[in-house]
Amino acid sequence: MSITMTLADWGSLFLHFISLSLLAVGGAITTAPDIHRYLVDETHWLSDTQFTSSIALAQGAPGPNVMFVALMGWNVGLNAGGGLAAGWPAVALALWGVLITMVGIMIPSCTLTFVATQWAHRNREMLAVKAFKSGMAPIVIALLIATGWLLTGNHENPAHDWPLWVLTGATTLIVWKTKTHLLLLLGFGALLGALGWI
Amino acid sequence: MSDSPSHHGAAPNAPQSKTDLFISFTFLALQGFGGVLAVVQRELVDKKQWLTTDEFVEDWAVAQILPGPNVVNLALMIGGRSFGIAGALAALSGLLLAPTALVLLLAAAVAGVADTAVAQGMLRGMGAVSAGLIAAVGIKLMGALKNNPMGMLTCIGIGALTFVAIGLLRLPLAWVLLSLGPLASVWAAHCIKQRGAA
Repeated sequence: MSITMTLADWGSLFLHFISLSLLAVGGAITTAPDIHRYLVDETHWLSDTQFTSSIALAQGAPGPNVMFVALMGWNVGLNAGGGLAAGWPAVALALWGVLITMVGIMIPSCTLTFVATQWAHRNREMLAVKAFKSGMAPIVIALLIATGWLLTGNHENPAHDWPLWVLTGATTLIVWKTKTHLLLLLGFGALLGALGWI
Repeated sequence: MSDSPSHHGAAPNAPQSKTDLFISFTFLALQGFGGVLAVVQRELVDKKQWLTTDEFVEDWAVAQILPGPNVVNLALMIGGRSFGIAGALAALSGLLLAPTALVLLLAAAVAGVADTAVAQGMLRGMGAVSAGLIAAVGIKLMGALKNNPMGMLTCIGIGALTFVAIGLLRLPLAWVLLSLGPLASVWAAHCIKQRGAA
């Protein structure tokens, strides 16, 4: 896939990610539908396959899930440079795309977080701050358990997918009760999957 | 919660320097497949003891409600508390730089491989394991609710409501946070005031 990006296009790409940043409550992945609308449907800077594989790859690789944004920037730049086959100029543009998208999605939310949390830390004895933290505690704990549940519950076909549920349940117990290294568990899961047992 | 540090008082350790922050978060990020949260809890609370379980729950609540990737927000908070803006940037760059480099190398190397059955199987297996990791963190953090001013019973009630809303009814996260969050916080403020008066 090959596209042409003008300076104004790079500018609007940057502005779009800046504007999405503060909407990403609950993680960057919540902005994925809007990114799809903008990059795939509207501007055609990214193909549907590139969009999907960017998310899949970011989830398979180590690091925060927001890495999918970096991969989309990479792919837009690569498309603008004529693909990986075009060599270093394309790679340079791809890195430029990473910079534009990542800096855009990061600056507003990071600034807000830094300012707000420094304030909250200075005022940690204030009733409102204490009440907020105590009130939110049971909610965020339940959210974590619900996230684990949702990630498993996504498998629609119980007759076929039950081994995945067993794996998730066993992992929960092992992590809760033992100090087994987390990478060992992930490696084990990858192995089971690669062998086609789950 | 025998494997966690004490629930009361300040955490026994703190980051030594900005380099310590950078290296610790790089190390965390590179272990975090399918999300970094489980590793953060294991490393920063159980091993390094930079945070108590209580502090982790409080910080996680704030990181969750602010826009932007949750783990990024957490890194900014922990870094900023020890070394101000320089510390926040050290933790943030530790969290993002190495994983970005790695994911881009992966993207360049495996373009095309990601769609094979083996790669898909590995992602399925790792996905099931990381669902278990997240759920286990939620279960471990429930210990922090013992010190909550609202009392354990109310906390369990609020947690159950959250789980039903998100896990079973699949309501949007923003709705749940914006409705249950303020209610729980107001109730927590009431409980804190009563405890102070008693």
